[in-house]
Amino acid sequence: MSIWEYANPVKFMRTSGAILPWAVAGAALCTVGGLVWGFLTPEDYKQGSTVKIVFIHVPAAMMAINIWVMMLVASLTWLIRRHHVSALAAKAAAPVGAVMTLIALATGAIWGQPMWGTWWEWDPRLTSFLILFLFYVGYIALWSAVEDPDSAADLTGWLCLVGSVFALLSRYAVLFWNQGLHQGASLSVAEGERMSAVYRYPLYLSMLGFFLLFLALLLIRTRTEIRRRRLAALQAREARA
Amino acid sequence: MIALLLRDLTLATRAGGGFGLGLAFFLILCTLVPFGVGPQGGTLALIAPGILWVGALLACLLSLDRIFALDHEDGSLDLLATAPIPLEGVVAIKAAAHWLTTGLPLVVAAPLFGLLLHLPATATPWLVLSMLIGTPALSMLGAFGAAITVGLRRGGLLLSLLVLPLYIPTLIFGAEVIRRGAEGGSTVTPLAFLAGITAAVLALMPFAAAAALRVNLR
Repeated sequence: MSIWEYANPVKFMRTSGAILPWAVAGAALCTVGGLVWGFLTPEDYKQGSTVKIVFIHVPAAMMAINIWVMMLVASLTWLIRRHHVSALAAKAAAPVGAVMTLIALATGAIWGQPMWGTWWEWDPRLTSFLILFLFYVGYIALWSAVEDPDSAADLTGWLCLVGSVFALLSRYAVLFWNQGLHQGASLSVAEGERMSAVYRYPLYLSMLGFFLLFLALLLIRTRTEIRRRRLAALQAREARA
Repeated sequence: MIALLLRDLTLATRAGGGFGLGLAFFLILCTLVPFGVGPQGGTLALIAPGILWVGALLACLLSLDRIFALDHEDGSLDLLATAPIPLEGVVAIKAAAHWLTTGLPLVVAAPLFGLLLHLPATATPWLVLSMLIGTPALSMLGAFGAAITVGLRRGGLLLSLLVLPLYIPTLIFGAEVIRRGAEGGSTVTPLAFLAGITAAVLALMPFAAAAALRVNLR
């Protein structure tokens, strides 16, 4: 029993088909539960009701970064072991990641307007998210530009590798360029820096919900890509006959 | 390898090679900016470091698709791929030729453009130094982008979308060197970062670019 068995599309389709209903149900339950619970939390003494946007903003931002990491792992798997499912999973994850980045940027802007008095500030965190979004856009554009699927997988794989290094480099380069307005990490292990438990537990639930949401979307999109690949193969066989 | 370098340089400098176009573009950009923001010396001097670096990025970007596209069209890229020198070496030489025809003229002409934008005289040496250290990275990163998009019919716009985010760290540190130089502050830290990025890019990018080229030549 090894994880590489799931590189077999048939096995992947069977397993992902079994997981998918649970992932969808869990995503719906946790996201809705987390957001409703979050909505019922008391208002913050300083931020008022705007604090509640954190239950969308933080999970989306977290997923935006983690989805890129997942794409990096999937790209490496494709480049090293040539498993097609891996390349298709990276392709399927990219638009989800781009949307998560957009959600994080948009909710941040909506929160920033009443709190910081501005929709946008060239703050290191905000700027590096914008850069991350540009990398997502470039990645998606490259996938759609290359016709041959294997070449597209190779080229986007290399782009993801190089992009990861530069996204990380930009993340710390912008620290150098401008001082931040954005608060530090929302969830810290250190006691005293942590946000109150009233907000923390709904946030955990919402984060779990966003993760399950990504999992469900990823499985659906990867399954679609595999079916599309099968369809193309069938059509090619038809055309030859 | 030297023969290849000389060949690329000759091709670039002969008629239709586009040598100097980047420089002319840079000049136009530096002419347009005062029209946009007004001729006040103070404002211009303030934004000059950023404008000069952004101009250098764009001028470099203009000629990127030429690195491989022409050789790909007439088939000489396939010959180079089967040549005894490794493809990584070919990529490095191509990027070097690109830098010699685009980056180096920009470095040489930069003080003049700084003058146009009222850059303080104290910052001029830093302008030249930061461009000299930073622009090789631009050419090498551009060679990676050009290698990825070489097989595409309309790769030009995609190329800029892929390459420009990669230019961000170089731009940040490059402009920071000039800004600190203009204020008379210490430029050691941004210069070290700039040189570090260039060194890493020169060392590692030929491999990534050659891998992308191999995919496109399959």
